[in-house]
Amino acid sequence: MATYATNEFRAGLKVLLEADPCSIIENEFVKPGKGQAFNRVKFRNLKTGRVWERTFKSGETIEAADVMEAEMEYLYSDGQFWHFMKTDGSYEQVEAGDAAVAEARDWLKEQDTFTVTLWNGDPISVTPPNFVDLEVAETDPGLRGDTAQGATKPATLSTGATVKVPLFVNIGDVLRIDTRTGEYVSRVKS
Amino acid sequence: MTSDGPCWEPSCDIKALNVRARMLRITRRFFEERDVLEVQMPVLSRHAVTDPAIECIRTRDGRFLQPSPEYHMKRLLAAGAPSIFSIGPVFRADEAGRWHNTEFTMLEWYRIGFGADDLMRELAALIDALIGPSDYERRTFAGLIALDINHATTDELDLAIADAVARLRDKRVFVTGYPARQAALARISKGVADRFELVINGIEVANGYHELTDVEELARRLTADNLARCERDRPVRDIDRAFLAAHARGLPDCAGVAVGFDRLVALKVGARAVADVMPFPDDRA
Repeated sequence: MATYATNEFRAGLKVLLEADPCSIIENEFVKPGKGQAFNRVKFRNLKTGRVWERTFKSGETIEAADVMEAEMEYLYSDGQFWHFMKTDGSYEQVEAGDAAVAEARDWLKEQDTFTVTLWNGDPISVTPPNFVDLEVAETDPGLRGDTAQGATKPATLSTGATVKVPLFVNIGDVLRIDTRTGEYVSRVKS
Repeated sequence: MTSDGPCWEPSCDIKALNVRARMLRITRRFFEERDVLEVQMPVLSRHAVTDPAIECIRTRDGRFLQPSPEYHMKRLLAAGAPSIFSIGPVFRADEAGRWHNTEFTMLEWYRIGFGADDLMRELAALIDALIGPSDYERRTFAGLIALDINHATTDELDLAIADAVARLRDKRVFVTGYPARQAALARISKGVADRFELVINGIEVANGYHELTDVEELARRLTADNLARCERDRPVRDIDRAFLAAHARGLPDCAGVAVGFDRLVALKVGARAVADVMPFPDDRA
């Protein structure tokens, strides 16, 4: 089993901590002038997204986690699992559960490409692209006369997500959404 | 175009160099006004320190780059020098990080007839002059950590104090009353080391002692250091006979302190790392 020593720690390194795959966010070398050296390390648990800090004695080792990211196309959901297929030409498919899909669920449109994080080959998280284009499934009719700046109304998208949109948006419009904030960016000509 | 070669540019801006130069001038003026003599100590010496937490860099001819000017400065004091200060480069192996660079600038001074309290007052006055005035708190080592300092292991104490110190954000704190076994070269009085550290915004800036003068106690400490080195699988260091001989002749009653000058410059300009105030840190030098 591969391991990493504290002097190999750097941001982005994937390691196993308390049996969960984690990514190192920050590694700080700490040494009192007259004391021994430590590494204070900030991790993100790749399964839960939770961030925590641990201190290691310099020279300690931790196990490497077999974690990789793959670009995958979203195929369909069978009600229990979300199915993705690798875009590298291998057509290899994986099924992601609730916990892995998590917040990405709001943006899953068939045939769009997502970043899937695999641990020992199993998907543990799905990251949408920063921007997705989705069709409006439901919203109140557009009010042509209302030009009030900044006025919004709710709209339900084809994926089921609800976002705030300007009053001129109509059912059938395709909208660009910033997945990091869940906010409307613009209307896309289709 | 970027290339894969090392970066030729300095890592800090000219503003930081100006601040550093001004702080050096203030420091020299501060000591001149107090009749403390500037001395320049060797960077290269036949001896490494025995301190188990400090590794010296060995040169090809078997000598060592000095991790502090302490040994030589104490030999000067034993030879009758007045109060002295030194500012210059020191080297510590395997220390690299946000607040560490293998080579760094150390300001160290010794005051004849001073105790730890006198020296803490003088250090506070210098810090005020260098980075602006503020209040200073006093905390004891035992009061900062949740462990019993007499029973916890040295590893546990090191870790606990490092974490406690990091939490002392947005203030200047003198930590006093170090455990006797972490006395290094400080006297022991009433069961604790007569030693202090200054922590500013969670960063260790200075380490001072009411200096140990007893030559027999010194010999015992240096030997104990080597024993600790054995336990940690670190190389044992020859004891510096000249250093011992100076104490046999007689080190005057004095207090001394070492200040990490680069960290002070970083605090002054609000930098997040010493590399931001050094033109050529480890990865560019």
